[in-house]
Amino acid sequence: MKKFLKLFFYIFFFLIPFLPQVYAAEKVEYLTTDWSFKGLFGKFDRSALQRGYHVYTEVCSSCHSMKYLSYRNLAQEGGPEFTEAEAKAIAASFEVTDGPNSDGEMFTRPGKLSDKFVMPYENVKAAQAANGGAYPPDMSVLVKARGGGVDYIYSLLQGYEDPPAGVTLDDGVYYNKYMYGNKIKMANQLSDGLIEYSDGTKATVEQMSKDVTTFLMWAAEPHLESRHKMGFKAIVYLIILTILVYFSMKRIWSRIETKV
Amino acid sequence: MSDHEYTPKSNFGKWFNDRLPLLTLANHLTDYPTPKNLNYWWTFGGILTFCLVTQIVTGLVLAMHYIAHADMAFDSVEHIMRDVNYGWLIRYIHANGASMFFLAVYIHIFRSLFYGSYKAPREIIWIIGIIIYLLMMAAAFMGYVLPWGQMSFWGATVITNLFSAIPLVGEGIVTWLWGGYSVDNPTLTRFFTLHYLIPFLILGLVVLHIWALHVPGNNNPIGIDVKKPSKDTVPFHPYIVIKDAFALLMFMIVFAFFVFYTPNILGHADNYIEANPLVTPAHIVPEWYLLPFYAILRSVPDKLMGVIAMLSAIFILAALPWLDTSKIRSAVFRPLYRQFYWILVADVLILGYVGAMPAEGLYLLIARVATAYYFLHFLVILPILGFKERTLPVPLSITEPVLGGSSNLAVARDDSRLEKLK
Repeated sequence: MKKFLKLFFYIFFFLIPFLPQVYAAEKVEYLTTDWSFKGLFGKFDRSALQRGYHVYTEVCSSCHSMKYLSYRNLAQEGGPEFTEAEAKAIAASFEVTDGPNSDGEMFTRPGKLSDKFVMPYENVKAAQAANGGAYPPDMSVLVKARGGGVDYIYSLLQGYEDPPAGVTLDDGVYYNKYMYGNKIKMANQLSDGLIEYSDGTKATVEQMSKDVTTFLMWAAEPHLESRHKMGFKAIVYLIILTILVYFSMKRIWSRIETKV
Repeated sequence: MSDHEYTPKSNFGKWFNDRLPLLTLANHLTDYPTPKNLNYWWTFGGILTFCLVTQIVTGLVLAMHYIAHADMAFDSVEHIMRDVNYGWLIRYIHANGASMFFLAVYIHIFRSLFYGSYKAPREIIWIIGIIIYLLMMAAAFMGYVLPWGQMSFWGATVITNLFSAIPLVGEGIVTWLWGGYSVDNPTLTRFFTLHYLIPFLILGLVVLHIWALHVPGNNNPIGIDVKKPSKDTVPFHPYIVIKDAFALLMFMIVFAFFVFYTPNILGHADNYIEANPLVTPAHIVPEWYLLPFYAILRSVPDKLMGVIAMLSAIFILAALPWLDTSKIRSAVFRPLYRQFYWILVADVLILGYVGAMPAEGLYLLIARVATAYYFLHFLVILPILGFKERTLPVPLSITEPVLGGSSNLAVARDDSRLEKLK
């Protein structure tokens, strides 16, 4: 009886690791790269963020909004860290609708640091109408809203290819090997040399994908750097305190013959 | 707590204590005789109190910035994450704190199952604990709805829809719960209200839980009654306090790691997409700590029976002190129960795993077998085991196996081996 139970128990545990493999066959391996923000001391690469912002404004922002970001964030510590003057200039290059003024009229003015990123469309319906019925998702937290995170976005941008034989695509639908279901309504946006980086970096598809994904990661987690910094301090503090308490405990319990 | 004699030293203390015996209470709490052989599995009571207080404090701060409105909830959470000073920290502590709370409560419950802490004379402590656990699940579920992401919305839809399984009045109850014809703003505001209320109910029940504990005193790894105070006990302060503090700090390191380095790993990516009643996510899954019950729910083909099975899986625990017929508390002296115990642990883990997977094919089959076994364990195996099992001889006191020389030395060694697992 005892042996039987033991055997039963081992078989139970033995089977657990095999279960995911039944499912694994459907999973796609995403591309990845040396993300600077991963790891215990991960930080954003400033110039990648600045280049990423460049890609976002030149390419993505014509369809994708970033409604939770303000221009002031661009000069914020732990972000792209444009100088305040640069961030002001960036903000001023956008027309912002404000008002109503004292005459009850809406008016446009150049953007200020306190303004939110200007939206590409008036509303969701307008965005859908302009994009064949598909709503280009807001990019503020996009990295956190997708299962594969940064690797998924990075892969998706480079995942366009001709559909395999037997797959027919409707008008305005494209084939992407990393998209869920492989069909995507966004056409391939990146091509080598599409934009010109001001710091002289070569704008390859891979480079632009990496930069813009880094930028999106920051947009989704603007306090990532201070989180990592504080986390390290907190954990070191806790470990030291734990060691001290451990020895106090040993000392106190030494009065009793029981071990702790 | 009863027959406790204490006289404060100062005159003011005496004067105050005669009118409100708070000092007697404080003295009782510090002197409280605790079995000296408690292992680290017993530190989770203190850890759970810490979790509750953390959730209440961070929750209060979040509530100052959160807006319970279907159009603004998601935005206000992003506002907390971006613009509130250390808002990201408070929110990540609160979100991961829920998971840590459940991790600790599961260890606490399974500790009780292993050492038979639910048996006489501790049935009331156990039942209060089950009520706390139920309230925790309610609070966690409603808390998950508040960010108003896709999983919030669809999770709320799925769970509230369970009530529609009730014959005749089901549909009406669901409409009443929603405050409308679908999950919408009225649902969100009432969930927020209840989410704010429940932690304080839990706090009250925790006081009762501890009060009920202090009447018979702690169970212990060898599960025997100890004389209090005696050579078998130590005063709660400083012995247990320092040990609990040490364990709590270890726990906090794990907690901090989640908060600072993988704050979103326990959540679902879809909850960073704002709720959209027109788009259903591919797989609707609850948070990890509810998965075993979700698996039980889905393993029954009939909706009403599924709901009944899921609720019974929880309520059956309340009957545990009477389903377990064995007079011996600790599994240390119950060789057969010990093995069934570990099978139950595996069974619950398997249920949790299949709960996260789509309910089809092999997964559904495994879920059904595991569900059947879960009930078999409590309804058949435990009652029979109490009569059939040949238990090992139980030592007379805690000091006896420690000092050696008894016929139970082997058992004592076995127990110390268990203690090393901590």
